[in-house]
Amino acid sequence: MIVLDILSAVLLAAGALFVLSGGVGLLRFPDFYTRIHAAGITDSAGAGLILLGLLLRTPSWETGIRLLIIMLFLALTGPTASYVLAFAARRDGVPIWRAGDRRR
Amino acid sequence: MTVFVLINVTLLAILVATALTVSRMRALYEAAMLTALFSLVTACLFVLLDAVDVAFTEAAVGVGISTVLLLGGLALTRSREAVTPRRRRLPGAIVAILAGGTLVYASQDLPAFGSPDTPVQRHPLTDVYLHQSQEDIGIPNTVTSVLASYRGLDTLGELLVVFTAGVAVLVLLGPLAHPVDAHRREDLDLVDYRVLRVISAMLMPFILLFALYVLFHGDFGPGGGFQAGVIFAAGFVLYGLVFGLDKAQQVVPRAVLWALIPLGLVLYLGVGVVNMLLGGAFLDYDTLSPEDPAAGQHLGILLVESAIGVTVAAVMTSVFFGFADRRAAR
Repeated sequence: MIVLDILSAVLLAAGALFVLSGGVGLLRFPDFYTRIHAAGITDSAGAGLILLGLLLRTPSWETGIRLLIIMLFLALTGPTASYVLAFAARRDGVPIWRAGDRRR
Repeated sequence: MTVFVLINVTLLAILVATALTVSRMRALYEAAMLTALFSLVTACLFVLLDAVDVAFTEAAVGVGISTVLLLGGLALTRSREAVTPRRRRLPGAIVAILAGGTLVYASQDLPAFGSPDTPVQRHPLTDVYLHQSQEDIGIPNTVTSVLASYRGLDTLGELLVVFTAGVAVLVLLGPLAHPVDAHRREDLDLVDYRVLRVISAMLMPFILLFALYVLFHGDFGPGGGFQAGVIFAAGFVLYGLVFGLDKAQQVVPRAVLWALIPLGLVLYLGVGVVNMLLGGAFLDYDTLSPEDPAAGQHLGILLVESAIGVTVAAVMTSVFFGFADRRAAR
């Protein structure tokens, strides 16, 4: 059991780190597309790892199944949202940042 | 306990920051998204207060459907707030400060959080609702017992409000307002997004299944007609957005939608009238099954919750399609 606890703690910490880095990236990245990339990390890697960490701590299999379903939904909707945002921005002609440009 | 306080304080701080940002913001699309955040944080606070049913409603209505309706409305008009002249800001500020001050002053009278000494805790009715209802009605979720059975008439009033709102919007935007759409142009751009279409088509059955689960599981856990209706509506709105209004209309023709709005209300009223015909009071579900009152209560609650779901879903969907049609017609 102690192995599971440690593994779960590592996963939770990694997930929290990804969420934090997503937040920092959202504030610090220079343009719309890179910021979408940062925000996308939050609900794919961040939430995914946190849910995995929680999965190792579930007392009953019913809760585990619920967590798995939530993971599936997040895995489908998060990347789709990022893609649609980026696609819409590209279509509207939001310019892409190149090294040396000003922050937008 | 300290963690609990910390979470509460953090959420309240986010709430205040969001409210201030919304009030200072000129770009209305962004403001609409932030009001959704406001509702989401409110829903989290409700969960912390153990009011899961209210949190569910707040999440479904505040975050889901009202954001979509706001965006649909914004698509019809300008998306930037006009600048208010400085001299006209003062009265607004005074009203806001007075109203806020009154609320803060009134909150002094509220009992302390979690205090066991309040009328809500000590009144005998609380005991009736919490214990007697298990024998009278026998469903685990007391909120549903109170909402649909003990206070069925109040809930009928709430449904009447939703119905009136739906009728009002239909009078303004529906068939009565502009009966002929000569050149309906399909300009919902989302139709081109292939990934979005595939994912939406995959998720659609699960969204509708979840709505049904929320409707029928309302007796045992958080959920019920209002939440289920809104989730149904969100599913239809998603379909209409991603696949185009014409496709959505093939699935549920507009006329059917309009017929469903009064149907739910009539079903609700009908249950009450049947109770009276069977010799009971209005909305006294015991009469539905005289030899086993609890079974009658179950049946009555199920019918009433379904009626709520039908009307709410139809109203929300028609309001959105009313907006979207309007845009396509321009």
